Amino acid sequence: MTATLRVEGISKAFGGVHALTECTLTARSGEITGLIGPNGSGKTTLFNIATGYERPDSGRVFLGDREITGASPQRVFGYGVGRTFQLTRIFPRLTVLENMLVPAQHGAGKNGAAGNGGRGRAHRHLRERALELLAFTGIAGHAEALAGTLSYGQRKLLELSYVLIAEPQVVLLDEPAGGVNPSLVNHLAERISELNKQGRTFLVVEHNMEFVMSLCHQVTVLDYGTVIATGSPAQVRDDQRVLDAYLGSGTGDG
Amino acid sequence: MKTGTRAVSQGAAVVVFVAALAVFPLVFTNATVTTFGIDALIFVTVVSAWNFFSGYSGYLSLGHAVFYGTGGYFLVIAARDWNFAGSGVFWLLPLAGLVAAIIAVPVGLVALRVRRHTFVVMTIAFFFIAQLAATNLGVTGGSSGLLPPIPNWAPGTFNNPFYYAALVMGVLAVAASWLIRRSRFGLQLRAIRDDEDRAAGLGVRTMPVKLTALVLSAFFTGMAGGLWVYFIGDAVPQFVFDPLFDLAVVLMAFFGGLGTIAGPVLGALILEPAQQWFALEEANSYGSEILFGLLFLVIILFLPRGVLPTGEEYLTAGRAWLTRRRSGTQSVPAPANVSTQAEGSSR
Amino acid sequence: MASEIGLALATGILGGGVYALMAAGLTLVFGVLDIINVAQGILVVLGAYLSYVLSVHLHIDLLVGLLITVPAMFVIGVVIYWLFIRPLRGAERTSMTLLACFAVALIIEGILYREFGSNYVSLNAWYTTASLHVIDFYLPDIYLIGFGLAIATVIALYLILYQTKFGRAVRATMQNQTAARLVGIDTNRVAALTFGIGTGVTAVGGMVYGAISGGFTPNSGYDLISRLLAIVILAGMGSIGGAMAAAVFMTTVEAFVDIWQPDWSVVVFYLAMVIVLTVRPQGLFGRSAARAQ
Repeated sequence: MTATLRVEGISKAFGGVHALTECTLTARSGEITGLIGPNGSGKTTLFNIATGYERPDSGRVFLGDREITGASPQRVFGYGVGRTFQLTRIFPRLTVLENMLVPAQHGAGKNGAAGNGGRGRAHRHLRERALELLAFTGIAGHAEALAGTLSYGQRKLLELSYVLIAEPQVVLLDEPAGGVNPSLVNHLAERISELNKQGRTFLVVEHNMEFVMSLCHQVTVLDYGTVIATGSPAQVRDDQRVLDAYLGSGTGDG
Repeated sequence: MKTGTRAVSQGAAVVVFVAALAVFPLVFTNATVTTFGIDALIFVTVVSAWNFFSGYSGYLSLGHAVFYGTGGYFLVIAARDWNFAGSGVFWLLPLAGLVAAIIAVPVGLVALRVRRHTFVVMTIAFFFIAQLAATNLGVTGGSSGLLPPIPNWAPGTFNNPFYYAALVMGVLAVAASWLIRRSRFGLQLRAIRDDEDRAAGLGVRTMPVKLTALVLSAFFTGMAGGLWVYFIGDAVPQFVFDPLFDLAVVLMAFFGGLGTIAGPVLGALILEPAQQWFALEEANSYGSEILFGLLFLVIILFLPRGVLPTGEEYLTAGRAWLTRRRSGTQSVPAPANVSTQAEGSSR
Repeated sequence: MASEIGLALATGILGGGVYALMAAGLTLVFGVLDIINVAQGILVVLGAYLSYVLSVHLHIDLLVGLLITVPAMFVIGVVIYWLFIRPLRGAERTSMTLLACFAVALIIEGILYREFGSNYVSLNAWYTTASLHVIDFYLPDIYLIGFGLAIATVIALYLILYQTKFGRAVRATMQNQTAARLVGIDTNRVAALTFGIGTGVTAVGGMVYGAISGGFTPNSGYDLISRLLAIVILAGMGSIGGAMAAAVFMTTVEAFVDIWQPDWSVVVFYLAMVIVLTVRPQGLFGRSAARAQ
């Protein structure tokens, strides 16, 4: 199950400051799309709009053929768009395994688990899936620990894991590699790439260029709230406007 | 395997504990002692019910007296109008709970729209509205209140029916707390406590979850209020809707351990008799008020997470230490001795 | 009838000023410290009893007595903060401090009962009994004096907040505690002083309340705090100007309802709050909570 996430002509202003102007971006089905740009270029705002945490002033958001503009985060999640946050948001006083069981299960209801035995089986199945996913991301050893005791990198893995358990069609990752040690970054890249091979669509905001360039099929570049380039990693790397944007803003975090 | 044997031994402990509570009034027949027992069991019910809403969800309610008082007044009025008397009145208790639960729906729909501290203040406001309504309405008998029927039971065992009714209620409330804690519903409540917006963003239907918990909590609180009014034989606004009641409930939950299952039981069984005893000893009630306040401060400052979680932590640390000693140099994973307070979650 | 309405309007507005004063302390403490000081009600009563002791036993005029009671209440506030509030940390801090304040309120209430019993007492001076003839009704002088004091105190609060170095530190702390600490503000000191100021104003509030309410007991704290909370919540927590407007609005409405339905006038207070919050959860003048973070 996978779909294309498309935002079209999105504009958003905060108190007169234009955060986004006419942004159009497509995360194509089955691909990993990167979203890069200097600090403050509007990446997270675009994420928030795509996932219902903020409303655009104008423009539309589509998941496949369905328009999801302005739907609540709850709704958007229900349609099959999962996301992580730049500052991870886990449930610190639940155990890691319990964290995995929080997301609503779209499948469970449809399977018609009406009887008690059915529900019990569904629950057991869910636990198994959770442990599998934790093993996949590599934190199964902490399943019974309180999530609040995890390291920063482990929290990122947990957030990714519990977003995945609901089988979203599209996963939005907000700086998955930010503040994470290099070996964990590689681990993370591998996992994302593997999930993608299984057919899952990703949209990734990231500052780590190596990470983006090696992982993504398509890259879109934002600067001052407008899209200045879209293309393959190689194309984008050689684009003069992109170079200007990065050098011009004088950031060293590329 | 190991968890299996632990569950069995825990189950056995619960059975022994309940059995001990069941024979208690047969051993201690003194009316003062059984009165303490009834009060304590009523509080076991209320604190458990308060806890599976407030403790699990993080929405501290200082307005549960609304449900307690509603149940109390309903019981008196229903017993009078429908001619219930003696032990027949006990059958009205579930109905009293139901009425309190119905009251909880509009209260929750309004109050649960606001977060944390504003919610606390909202519940206080609802409390004062209820108290004023009880004082001014005709149906509640105004400030002079109402009198429930007095059962004509033998003086020697007069307290026993009340005691067993309270015990059944207490067991049911704790069982509810246990079932909720184990369920997905309980998990969603605790996720709401940690980060409500994130839970909503993961598809948790937060409002229905919170409201259901509040309504269930109000149900048990209303039943307890009904029994209490029947037992003390008087329903006047300032006692049925008593701000100290709300504070006592919170104190007991905090004392035992917020969000745990056994904590509220422990808190109620220790603090309620202590409070009663102190009230008996002190000629004026002001002394007990001061002591109560001091006790509360001590608990908040030194045992903010309650006796049970703190004790458990020491136990885990102690066990780990023992294991380490036995196994010599072999390293043992450190106990999860982490402060739950330290974690910043969004308020 | 016309005189009743005139009087209701006058006492509503003037009485509202007094509530505004007490609520200003509450909302200031909330804005800076994120603390809902539910002890504010009983502190007002304590302030009233201090005035009572000074005037009855030492024969010091109520207004002159403020020179003693205001500093005294300030010190009490600082001590309460330092002993019981400052040590509380962590995720549930707002709830814990609320409960701690509740506990402090109980202790003060118990002490007041012990010292003064449960009989009503009232504050008296020549200006509490005199009245001013306004067209067709009589307005007790104390209402005007109380309103004047309230305005003066709120202006003093504003001057402290906006004209002093300390006030700058307070406002910085209000906006962002971490940033304030980074630029070298001793936020603990700011917090303690703010709590002290928020408590200090209860001395003025208590004196006026004791004089216009016609009598008070240690139990009056509950009635006071519930009204103050309703005002502050209605206004939106942390907005001093909003609290003043809400206080005047609520007491005026209450004074009007009182003409026809004296038993229910207080309920109007809470109903107004509930209705407003149903429509606007952040209160009339409150900052709306961000949704994403």
